[in-house]
Parts: sequence; structure tokens; C-alpha cells
Amino acid sequence: MGLNSGLTEEQITLRETVRRFAEEVIRPKVKELDEKEEFSYDITRQMAEMGFLGAFLPEEYGGSSLDYVSYIIVVEELARIDGSQAATVAAHNSLGIGPLYYFGNSEQKKKYLPELASGKLWGFGLTEPEAGSDAGNTKTKAVRDGNDWILNGSKIFITNASTDITLGSTILAVTGEKEGGKKEFTCFLVENGTKGYTAKKMTGKMMWRSSNTSELVLEDCRVPSENILGKVGDGFKQMLATLDNGRLSIAAMGLGLAQGAFDYALKYSKERKTFGHPISTYQINAFKLADVDMGIELARNYLYEICRRLDRGEKITKESAICKLYCSELAHMAANHCVQLLGGYGLMKEYDAERYYRDQKLLEIGEGTSEIQRLVISRAIGCYDV
Amino acid sequence: MNILVCISRVPDTTTRILVGGDGVSIDTQGVKFIVNPYDEYAIEEGLRLREKNGGTVTAICVGPDAAKEQLRTALAMGVDKAVLVKTDKYFDSYFAAKNIAEVSKEMKPDIILLGRQSIDFDSFQVPSYLAELLELPSVSVVSKLTIEGNKVIAERDVEGGKEILETELPCIISAQKGLNEPRYPKLPDIMKAKSKPIEEKQPVEVEPKVSVIGMEIPSRKRIGKILADTDADIEEIVKSLHEEAKII
Ligand SMILES: Cc1cc2nc3c(=O)[nH]c(=O)nc-3n(C[C@H](O)[C@H](O)[C@H](O)COP(=O)(O)OP(=O)(O)OC[C@H]3O[C@@H](n4cnc5c(N)ncnc54)[C@H](O)[C@@H]3O)c2cc1C
Repeated sequence: MGLNSGLTEEQITLRETVRRFAEEVIRPKVKELDEKEEFSYDITRQMAEMGFLGAFLPEEYGGSSLDYVSYIIVVEELARIDGSQAATVAAHNSLGIGPLYYFGNSEQKKKYLPELASGKLWGFGLTEPEAGSDAGNTKTKAVRDGNDWILNGSKIFITNASTDITLGSTILAVTGEKEGGKKEFTCFLVENGTKGYTAKKMTGKMMWRSSNTSELVLEDCRVPSENILGKVGDGFKQMLATLDNGRLSIAAMGLGLAQGAFDYALKYSKERKTFGHPISTYQINAFKLADVDMGIELARNYLYEICRRLDRGEKITKESAICKLYCSELAHMAANHCVQLLGGYGLMKEYDAERYYRDQKLLEIGEGTSEIQRLVISRAIGCYDV
Repeated sequence: MNILVCISRVPDTTTRILVGGDGVSIDTQGVKFIVNPYDEYAIEEGLRLREKNGGTVTAICVGPDAAKEQLRTALAMGVDKAVLVKTDKYFDSYFAAKNIAEVSKEMKPDIILLGRQSIDFDSFQVPSYLAELLELPSVSVVSKLTIEGNKVIAERDVEGGKEILETELPCIISAQKGLNEPRYPKLPDIMKAKSKPIEEKQPVEVEPKVSVIGMEIPSRKRIGKILADTDADIEEIVKSLHEEAKII
């Protein structure tokens, strides 16, 4: 069906533009940034100028007003070249801007969104050392003190939260108990530089090495109640809704990575000769490429369709879990075959296959592991309603 | 400043070209078309001149309806207006130049910018035709342009050095790689380009001055001469590098 089937002319132009940007601006820097485990302020600035950082925000906030398919294409095309830059953009839009835009009041939106559309970053702090898949086990607490709230606790693995251009993060905290003993959760907007709040860069990552990942510590951190996102007690719902959309951008990263690994593997396989013939002509190799191509075709069509449904306002909890699960497992297969097809070279840093192989693994873990996606799907189809 | 930029629709540089059934044109099936890469320098230079001096940049393309796609790319880059002189026929450089000249006569641009060549037919003719038809000075293959008042200073790369020329507005400048770094269209501008109008004009019909009578894909046959390291062979290698390949 091809890359652009069913897309509008603008969406096609947008893809071509982002692809060119990724090839010309990002590709030449990827290896060095990965090697040095360095976040690139220069590339981020250029991505902001291109309009990637306020992708789906309306113009009134300085955004690019993209429909969801277009936004997903941006992430996909970035991930085709570099998972780290795709991560900066996807996390910022889906997890950083998303909750502020969907649940923020008009003062909060006016205060933060224009800056977040034009070069500043915002994080989303859900995961804690003891609360990943089991987000309900969140320990971070907020206690009311007059008009303020005092936050204590810590967060881990938070994307974009500790760069020099980070404005702040949305922090999920327990604010009390509901009737029946269930925890009550509330989201707080915590700005970097707030007293009692520290955001520290985490190092030593296997993948996404030029994306910023942070550990957050809140020690008697005082924030005014104006910084509550939505209403007290809305936190968990907001987080779940944010993840429904966010999963589509992780899916886009899987699709883009699979495409990148596939393009790379196909080209190499047609050039590399053993026993007098290109290795792509040996059926066992050809069939690997056929499998990846099949997966990409199916993934792309399904993902874009779900994005269109999201644009129409439909609920997509199960579908976005399917997108995320399918695309991340596709990326796994594509990267694995890519390394295999390159043989020894596939294991060397000099070749992109090696980086694809490392970068894909996050996709099966971040924003809900593959096991959790299967849980979401199996719940939606009623497996446990017996 | 009233700036006119001419752009052409050409097959993507990575496309594999096949000759069509008629033997005189390419098979456009499955071919991706882009803005001629040299024209991107012209667009960028136009935008920079406008940013410095104010005014408007108009992009013009002679071509089929589908060339609106390339005009929209120009609009997304920041061009103010777009004109399509619409034709579905095969046309030569003269036809293109004649039609651009007709529009220029109404528009009276201060400067006409275009790429040094279109990478499809590589005829290099439009800038010179235009200069002749409009009786304007023209400088081709320009890699640096400075305009102060009416004075135009254009640099050209020549074998082993630079040639610096001076002329006056209005004039025609054809762009060489290196003239500038063309900008990427920004996402919001891509989304908005669709709603900007493209003015369509009927072409002035003129007989082509040249026509294509045949197209062939270059044969990929190699000579396949194998030479080793014997003295005779080495002599032969030196001789062929000198006389056939003309490298030494
Ligand atoms: C680079 C990076 C960036 C990240 N960015 C962010 C961010 O911006 N914001 C944020 O909040 N978080 C972020 N995360 C955190 C990420 O979402 C969590 O790591 C993920 O949700 C998994 O949680 P965990 O690490 O605690 O694993 P655990 O929840 O401890 O899971 C361990 C294993 O047990 C399995 N498991 C757990 N529960 C079940 C179950 N019920 N049934 C079957 N199997 C189960 C899991 O699938 C997994 O295989 C990021 C992580 C990384 C590595």
C-alpha cells in the first residue's frame, strides 16, 4: 500500500519535510550523541523552530495545529533515524503538553503552553521506584497547608525533566483517601527551581542515550493550589487518559524504528554477497524482510486509523494498547533481523543496526510494558468478567 | 521589492527513471516529483531579499495541475503568492520562458530568481531565454548575491576562482548550489499552505523550438578489461588512464 496511502497532500509534504530534516540535521550527529550520552540542545532548538514541540497544540498557543495522524508521522519519521530525538518530541507532546492542554485551566495554559510550544520542555512524573506498572502504589504524598500543598516523595525515569530548558513536570501524588479506603490522586504542576524540588539526570542508559531521563526528589516542596491540574482527586483519571494517547506516540516510535531497520537491512542484504550471491536472494533472509515489511504495512494502517478515531473523539483505550504492543514488538523483530542480516557488522557501533537493536527495547517497557498492554487488551475483551 | 521566483517540477533525484511507451518521455508512473533542487536556492534567496527589503515573493511554475504540489511547498517555505501556468502538454524551455516572460510583463518584478538548471532536462536555457524575451540583464550560476539599492553584485564560481559581476535591477539571477541554505518549511506553514490560493493562468501557446525525438537509458555494459601487474599490463593501464579515462 505504501507509505502515504490515504494521506492528505499536507501530510505527505509533512512526512517528506520531517524525513529530510531527520536525514540532514539529525543523522550526522546521531552516533556522536549516542556515544557521549548527550542531550542535544542544538537539535532540540531546531526541532522547536520546525514546530515539532507544539505539534498538536492550536495556533493560539503557538502550536502547529496538527491532526493526530500528522503528529504521529513526525514521531515516526524522527524514530526512523533516531529514537532519542523521537523520544524528546513524543514525550514532550504526549506526556508534557498533553495533560496541561487537556486538563489545565485557562491561566495554566496561557502561562505554560506558548513556551512549551516554542522550545521549553515539560515532564510527566508518574513512575516511582516502587510504582511502575503498579501506578496505584504511588508513594509521593501531598498534604494541604493553607492555600499551599507540601509534596514529599520521588519519581524515577522521567523523560525531559532535568534539561536546562525544562520548565517543570506534572507530578502525580496521593492527596488522601476516598470513601472505601481507595487512594485519592491529584496531579501538581511543579516548576524546576521550586524549593525542595530537585531533578537529576540519570546516566548509564542502554538506549535513548541522547534523550534526557531524570530522577526527581520532592522534599517538603511547597506549591500553591493554583498548581493543581484540574481538580483534587482527578489525578489518576488524567494519568490514564494521558497514557491512552501517549501509547500512540510510542507505537509511532516502534513503526519508525522498524522502518529504519528495515530500510537499512534491505539495502545491505542486496549489496552483501556470500557464496557469489546477494544474501537477500537466500530465502531465509528474504522471508525475514518479507515478514518485517508485512508488519510495517499492517502497523502503519492500523495506527493511522486509530489516530483518525482519536481525532474524531472516540475512546481508544484498547486500540492504543494494541498499537503500542504491536509496533514495539514489530520494532523488536525488525531490529533483531537487521542485526542478523548484517552478521558481525551488525554488532558493531559503526553500523546503525546496533543502535536500533538497543533503542527498540525501551518500546516494550516504557509507558506500560508489553505485559501491561496485554492486560489492558484482555480486560477490554472481558477475559476477567466471569 | 517585487520578487519573482520560477520553480519547476522534477522527478526526485533518487527515482529510477524509465522511458515511457512513446519513447520520447519518461514513464511517470510511481515517480515522485519534487521542487527542482536548484530552485530551492532561488526561493530561499527570494525570501531573504524580502526579509531584508520588504515586498512580496511570487512563485511561478509552468506545468501540469499536479505542479500545485510544488507551488504549495514554495508557499510553505514562505512565498506570498503562487501562479501556475497550466499545461498538460510536453513543452520545451522556450515555452516555459515565454510564459514566464508574459507573466513578468504584467508583474514587473525587480528581480527574477531561478535555479541554474532543472535537473530533469538539464537544458540550462530558461534564464537566457527570459533575459532575451524581457531584454533584461542576467547572471547565471550565481553562488553569492549582494544587492544595494539598484546595484547588484553577483559572484560566480569559475575554474579555480571567483568571478565577480556587477549589474542593475531589474535583472535575472540563476542560482548555484551554495548561494544559501534553503530553509525547511515549518509544520504550521505546511498545514496552512493548502488554504493559500494558487492563481491559474492559461498558457500562451508557442511552437516549441526543440523537441525530443528519442530517449534512451544509458547502457550499463562494462568493457570488462582485466589487467594484472605485469610490465605490459602496467603500461596498458597508464595508457588507458591517460587516453581513455583522461584522468592523468
Ligand atoms: C528511558 C525511560 C523513560 C521513561 N519515561 C517516563 C516518563 O517520562 N514518565 C514516567 O512516569 N515514566 C517513565 N518511564 C517509566 C516506565 O514507564 C516504567 O519503567 C514502566 O512503566 C515499567 O515500570 P517498572 O520499571 O517499575 O517495571 P515493573 O512494573 O516493576 O515491572 C517489572 C516486570 O514485571 C512485569 N509485570 C508487572 N506487573 C505485572 C502484571 N500485573 N502482570 C504481568 N506482568 C507484570 C512487567 O511487565 C515487567 O516485565 C520511563 C522509563 C524509561 C526506561
